Amino acid sequence: MENRLEIDREKIDSIIRTYDANPEALLMTMQDISDIYNYVPPEVIPILIEKLGVKESLVYSVATFYKTISLEPRGKHVVSVCTGTACHVRGAEKIMDALKEKLDIEEGQSTDDLLFTLEAVRCVGCCASGPVITVNKETHGGLDRSGVLKIIDGYEQNAS
Amino acid sequence: MAKLENRQALEKLRSSLQNRLQDSKKRLISLCAGSGCGAYGTTKVHEALLKEIARQKIENEVEVKLTGCHGFCEKGPIMVIHPEGIFYPQLKEAHINEIVEKTVKGGQPVSALAFKDPATKKKIFHESDIPFYKLQQRLIFGNNGIIDPTSIEDYIAVGGYSAFEKALCDMTPETIIDEVKKSGLRGRGGGGFPTGVKWETCRRHKGERYLICNADEGDPGAYMDRSLLEGNPHSVLEGMIIGAIAIGTREGYVYVRHEYPLAVKNLGLALDSARRMGLLGKDILGSGFDFDIHISRGGGAFVCGESTALMASLEGNPGRPRAKYIHTVEKGFRQGPSNLNNVETWANVPYIINKGADWFASIGTERSKGTKIFSLVGKVVNTGLVEVPMGTTLRTIIYDIGGGIPKKKKFKAVQTGGPSGGCIPEQFLDLGVDFDQLTKVGSMMGSGGMIVMDQDTCMVDLARYFLDFLKEESCGQCNPCREGIDRMLEILTDICQGEGKERDIELLEELGAMIQKASLCGLGTSAANPVLTTILYFRDEYEAHINEKKCPAGVCKNLFHYEVDEEVCNGCRLCSLKCPEEAITGEKKKPHLLDQDKCIKCGICYDVCKFDAIAIK
Repeated sequence: MENRLEIDREKIDSIIRTYDANPEALLMTMQDISDIYNYVPPEVIPILIEKLGVKESLVYSVATFYKTISLEPRGKHVVSVCTGTACHVRGAEKIMDALKEKLDIEEGQSTDDLLFTLEAVRCVGCCASGPVITVNKETHGGLDRSGVLKIIDGYEQNAS
Repeated sequence: MAKLENRQALEKLRSSLQNRLQDSKKRLISLCAGSGCGAYGTTKVHEALLKEIARQKIENEVEVKLTGCHGFCEKGPIMVIHPEGIFYPQLKEAHINEIVEKTVKGGQPVSALAFKDPATKKKIFHESDIPFYKLQQRLIFGNNGIIDPTSIEDYIAVGGYSAFEKALCDMTPETIIDEVKKSGLRGRGGGGFPTGVKWETCRRHKGERYLICNADEGDPGAYMDRSLLEGNPHSVLEGMIIGAIAIGTREGYVYVRHEYPLAVKNLGLALDSARRMGLLGKDILGSGFDFDIHISRGGGAFVCGESTALMASLEGNPGRPRAKYIHTVEKGFRQGPSNLNNVETWANVPYIINKGADWFASIGTERSKGTKIFSLVGKVVNTGLVEVPMGTTLRTIIYDIGGGIPKKKKFKAVQTGGPSGGCIPEQFLDLGVDFDQLTKVGSMMGSGGMIVMDQDTCMVDLARYFLDFLKEESCGQCNPCREGIDRMLEILTDICQGEGKERDIELLEELGAMIQKASLCGLGTSAANPVLTTILYFRDEYEAHINEKKCPAGVCKNLFHYEVDEEVCNGCRLCSLKCPEEAITGEKKKPHLLDQDKCIKCGICYDVCKFDAIAIK
C-alpha cells in the first residue's frame, strides 16, 4: 500500500492494556487489532515489540503460524468458506467455485476494491448446517450455489 | 448479585431460585440460539416473537429464553414451548403469530408447523416423542435446552454448583480423585486416558500447578465442545473448579478457538458472574481455597489440540509440539505440572461427584464408561449432536437416531476421529461404539465427530482431502510428518487426477507406516490413518482410479462424465433449466441430451434430477 495507514494509537494501547501488556497474550492482542483493521498493519508491530517486551522475530513467527492473523490487508467482508469434513462431503468445493467465479478472485485473495476477501476455513463448528460460510462474524448455513450468490449480492447492495 | 460468603448462602440462593421456578405459572418458550440454529436465522424469529408477545400484551404470562444448542441442528431454528414440551422445527418469522395465538396462549400445538417424522410421515408434537431425542441419553447435554447460558441463576436452579459445594465442603482431594478414578471416566478429547489417574499424577508433582481446559476443537466435523461452551458454560467451569480442588491449583485456563465467538462470549459472561458470586477468586465460600480461570483464544491451528503445542501457544509462542519424554502433568505450562482435559470431560465431573462413581460406571461398556456426545453430520437425515451411552451401535446412531441416509442413497462409510481417525464400512455397522472397539477396526473415538458418507463420496478423494488438511496443519518441525504427508498427498492427487500408477497403493502403505512410526507428535503418528483405512476397506475404489481411470462416486472430475439415461429421462426439463452452461438440451417429455464439450461437471443436474436419470459414467 502506498499510503501509510493512520494508526489509532489510543485504541491499540487500550487493547494492549486489556491484557496487561502480557507477552503471553500476544496472539490475542493481534486478534483484537485485526478486528479493527481486518489485518495486523506493519505499523503496529514496533508498538507490540516495545509494549509487550517481545522480540520482532516472535511477533512474525506468531503472526505467520496462526491462521487468524493476516499481515496483508483484507477486504471489508472476509468471506470464509468452511471446508471442514461435514461441509466437504456436502459440497463445499462447489460453494468455493461459485464464489471464486462471482468475485473473480482465487482463494486467499481480495477484490480490487477491498470489499471482499475469500478464504477457506477448517470447520466453524456448524457442521449440521453445512455447507456453511461465514462473512465476518455472520454465519450462513444450508447453502447451495444460488444461495451463496444471493448472500454476496446482499453485501454488494449494502455497500453501494 | 451478591458475593456468597459460605455454603449456607449458596444453598439458600439455590432453594429460593428453585422455589421461584416451581411457583412460576409462566409458559416458557425456549428458542435455540446455538450457532447451528443461528446460521438458519434465530435472530429474526426471536425479534418477531418478542414483537408479537408485546403486541398481544402477554409479557407477564410468558418467559422467552434464548438457550444453547438443542442438538437437532438440521431442523433449526428450533423452539420448544414448556410445560407441554411442544416442538417446532425450521421456524420462520411468518410462523410466529399462529404459534403465539394457539400454543403460547392456549397450550395447543399448531399441526401445520409440527415436526413430521420422515420415516412414518406422521406429525409429532412433543419433543420427547421425536425418535431423534427419544433414543438418546442426554446426561451432559440435557440442560442445554432449558437454561439460559448467560444466567448463573438458571444453572444454580437446576442443581448447578452443588457438586462443587460437595467437593469443597465434604470431600478431600484424595476422595475426589478416588471417586473420579472409580467412575472410569476417560478423556473425551480423543486420547481416552483415565481422567482420575491423570489428576492423581499431576497432584503428585511439586510446583505451581495449572489446570487447563482444551476447547480448541480442531477436528473438522465435530462441534460438541462448542455447543457445550455456548449452551452450558457453567457445567464446564464447575468441573474445572472441582478439578482444581482435587489437584491443588490456583490458576486455570480455557484454551478456546477464536473461530467460536459465541462460545468465547458466553464463557466470558459465565466467568464474570461466577467471580461476582464468589465461586471463583480468593477464599471461595470462606473455605480459604483460591482459584481463578482465564480465557486464552487460539488462532486456528489444528496441532494446538496436542497438549505440548497447546501449552506452547498458551505461553504466547507458535504452537509447536515437543517430544514428550517428560509429560505435561510433570512439566507443562510455564514449566509447572499441568493437567489438561477436554471440555466434555470437565462437564462430566459434576455428575460423577453428585451421583457417585457407581452410578456413572453403570452406564456404558466394560472399559468405556458414561455417555458420549457425537456430532452426527454429513449424509444423514437428522444431523445434529447426539448423546448416547458408550457401546451404542453405529446402526442405532445412524439409522434409528439419525434417520438413515437421505434420498434413499446407499450408505458407504462413517468417518470417526477427525483427520486422525479412519473410515468404517458397512460391515461394522453393528459395532458398539467405544474407545476400544473403534481402535480395533482401525479408527478412533477422537472427540466424537461422526461423518456419514454415501455412494456419492469418493474415498480416494476423501483421503486426499484429509491429507491436504494435515499438510496445511503440520507444524513442519519433523521430517517424517512434513515431507511424508506431502509425498502421500502428491501420490493421492495424481490418483485423483487420473495419473495413478501401479504400485502407488503399496507405496502409500509403506509411506504411511513410516510416518506413523517416526513422527514427533500425535498429528504425524495418526496422519496416515485416513489413507490406510480407506485402502483397507475400499481398495477397489483406489484400483478403479488407477487401473480403469474411473471414479465410481463421480467426484474426481477427470475420471468420470455425466450422461442422460435415455431409458429413465422423462424430459421434465428441470436439469436443462438449472444447467449453468446450457449443456443439456431436448424437447419437453422427450429424453434430453448432454453436450460433453460444454459440461463443466458441476453436478447440478445430478443433484436436481428426481428420477435418477443423470448417470455417472
